[in-house]
Amino acid sequence: MSLLDTNMVAGCPSGLAPSEAPSLSDPSAFVRRVDGQNRLSLTVRGAKCGACINRIESAVKTLPGMESARLNLSTGDLEVGWRGSLKAPIIVAAVAELGYGVSPRDQDQGASDEQREERSLLIALGVAGFAMANIMLLSVSIWAGVGEMGETTRTMLHGISGVIALPAIIFSGRVFFVSAWNVLKRGHANMDVPISLALVIAFCVSVSETLRGGADAYFDASVMLLFFLLIGRFLDARVRRKAHASARDLAAMAHRTVMRLGPNGKASSVRASEISPGDQILLAPGERAVVDIQIDRGISDIDESLVTGESLARRAIPGMHLLAGTVNLSQPLTGTALAAASDSLLADIARMLEAGEQRRSTYRRIADRAVSLYVPFVHTSALLAFIGWLLAGMGVNEALLIGVSTLIITCPCALALAAPVTQVVAAGRLFRSGTFLKSGDALERIAQCDYIIFDKTGTLTLGTPKLSGQISPEALQAAAELARASRHPLSRAIVEAAGAGPVASDAREFAGLGLEGIVHGAPARLGSAEWVSVDSGQSDRSSLWFSQAGKTPVHFQFQDHVLNDVATTIGRLQKAGYGVEIVSGDRSETVESVAQTLKVDHWSAAASPRDKVNRLEELQAQGHKVLMVGDGLNDAGALALAHASLAPGGAMDVSQSASDAIYSGGLAALPRLISVAKQARSVMIENFAFAAAYNVIAVPIAITGHATPLVAAVAMSASSILVSLNALRLNAMRETL
Amino acid sequence: MAGLIFLIPIALGMGLVGLVAFLWAARSGQFDDPDGAANRILVDEDRPLPDNGEQGLEK
Repeated sequence: MSLLDTNMVAGCPSGLAPSEAPSLSDPSAFVRRVDGQNRLSLTVRGAKCGACINRIESAVKTLPGMESARLNLSTGDLEVGWRGSLKAPIIVAAVAELGYGVSPRDQDQGASDEQREERSLLIALGVAGFAMANIMLLSVSIWAGVGEMGETTRTMLHGISGVIALPAIIFSGRVFFVSAWNVLKRGHANMDVPISLALVIAFCVSVSETLRGGADAYFDASVMLLFFLLIGRFLDARVRRKAHASARDLAAMAHRTVMRLGPNGKASSVRASEISPGDQILLAPGERAVVDIQIDRGISDIDESLVTGESLARRAIPGMHLLAGTVNLSQPLTGTALAAASDSLLADIARMLEAGEQRRSTYRRIADRAVSLYVPFVHTSALLAFIGWLLAGMGVNEALLIGVSTLIITCPCALALAAPVTQVVAAGRLFRSGTFLKSGDALERIAQCDYIIFDKTGTLTLGTPKLSGQISPEALQAAAELARASRHPLSRAIVEAAGAGPVASDAREFAGLGLEGIVHGAPARLGSAEWVSVDSGQSDRSSLWFSQAGKTPVHFQFQDHVLNDVATTIGRLQKAGYGVEIVSGDRSETVESVAQTLKVDHWSAAASPRDKVNRLEELQAQGHKVLMVGDGLNDAGALALAHASLAPGGAMDVSQSASDAIYSGGLAALPRLISVAKQARSVMIENFAFAAAYNVIAVPIAITGHATPLVAAVAMSASSILVSLNALRLNAMRETL
Repeated sequence: MAGLIFLIPIALGMGLVGLVAFLWAARSGQFDDPDGAANRILVDEDRPLPDNGEQGLEK
């Protein structure tokens, strides 16, 4: 693929993520000055492959004065640094022009804390790995030399092992010790308490064995335990950080900038959070309102599809209230802020999201349930082994050694890896097919759902109107010359049908009416029936008329098309036994026709965000576990409250952060996601069953005193490897739905 | 047996070198963007030759 080809495509050339329409906002308020250099952090959405890195970085680097531009593909952060007079909006526009969503970002404390945590886990993992490998080197020689090696040599090798193990356990084990201590101080216990206990006891017993010149020291086993547990912990942290990175998009939304008009009428770019009620705000064409405003001056068309689900543009006149999230289409509007950004609709939705998150956090993961059964079992068996042997007349030292070996051999290595490895493999498989999981337990919840609610606009349908019916090519081309001057969705549909071409000279747009300009030397008009003076008998917002002097007016009709594979996908889901329902904010005629095409019996229209949430709660009260699929701002509350939720890649950022997974490439991703979720669930359960079976065999061996350090090392690593291999099977499984 | 006296330190020293290299890589942020690093090798940095390119590649 040459550079030229990729430049023709909007958005990610791999097709993994849909391109985004540029939404304009001035990021100047986010520029920082460091050592005479201007720096700006941007969040880029939709960059998923190597070609994206190349396109974005080279587009930005060619700007004058640019010194550095680096895109982090894992998080979508773009850091740019430049000198000179280059304006920030030009940089944003350069990226947005390529078809990526881009918004400025604050230097985020929470995100860098999480990154630091992940990095320190990685370093702890590296140190534990180093110690494990080197101690194993010494231990293998001890095991190989049984019967031949003298006691002095053995004690020396044990001693060296201990010297390596001590700093490694202190450094890498911190993760568990600190967490265990914090929990113990509050009088509770978690998984980290037995782990810390096992590490400390195993180390101390091994030291005393070494001093005694004994044959069995567990330095290798304790460091190996640490290493395997840290792998699980690290994978978990990585999955979690990805989830939080997408939640940050919500904050990025509030970080948008607003053009505020000063008392002298001068516009300046400020952060949305600085807006207070009563401020004068300028809303440029193409810009999205960040706070609720009341229009003072200007007439324009507005697109509320992401706020209410209404698929057609509406006329905006002075006195009207615009909700945050509305996009202004044609003319600049001036208005008064009704509320600060923190009190606007967006913030209300953010609060709904929070409520949903809290409810969702009460979900107990399979792994947590397994651990709560497992830990008491391990401890009782180790304690019983110790007491039992003491009563049977064994010395304290030997009995303690058997107790410790039981504790180590049953310790939850396989258990700690069972869930995270499965999640990472499943997430990787979904990622390659264009679905992004945001949390590990999302898979478990998706697998449990039995009822699916779809939003209509943008989920089942394209969300943007498409030209329908037969139009002569000449009329289409002529109308397109006018339409190219407009941002109105119906105009865009004409342009899409006509392709690239010239723009009519002197084209002017009249909000709520239409366009006027010179086409092929003659004045022409494109717009509503009244605008071209045709008596159509009814005012119809879903069609356009084109008229030119001396020709009969042409009628353009539009339809919001149902996406290609939706009908087959819904058929498959219904056949698999899922309840399917459409709940939309759009008008009932449109919803009904879509429901009929898709053969969905249950549907409701004109639903407010509150209605959607109510319907959801009703279903959940009936005992259904609901999977919500939606894209609009009006779906965000429902998305957050549903048992599990999904948003398409083109969804509003709030909805993306409210949902558990984001898919691209059409609704066919849904059956795939569900089947992978179910497979992941069964693999996870297999893994836990395996860990349990392993203990059924290992515990008697340990309790009877046959668990030497060699047996412990082999058993622990073999079980961990088996669990990981079992998880890898997910990659080869076929779709079952 | 005397071999152990220098063989063990050598083994540990080599491991330590690896560990230090890993720590340096982790601290300098080389593991922060695994997806990007995997994709960056595919980025084609070729640019059209400048007009006076004859001095460059021809000889």
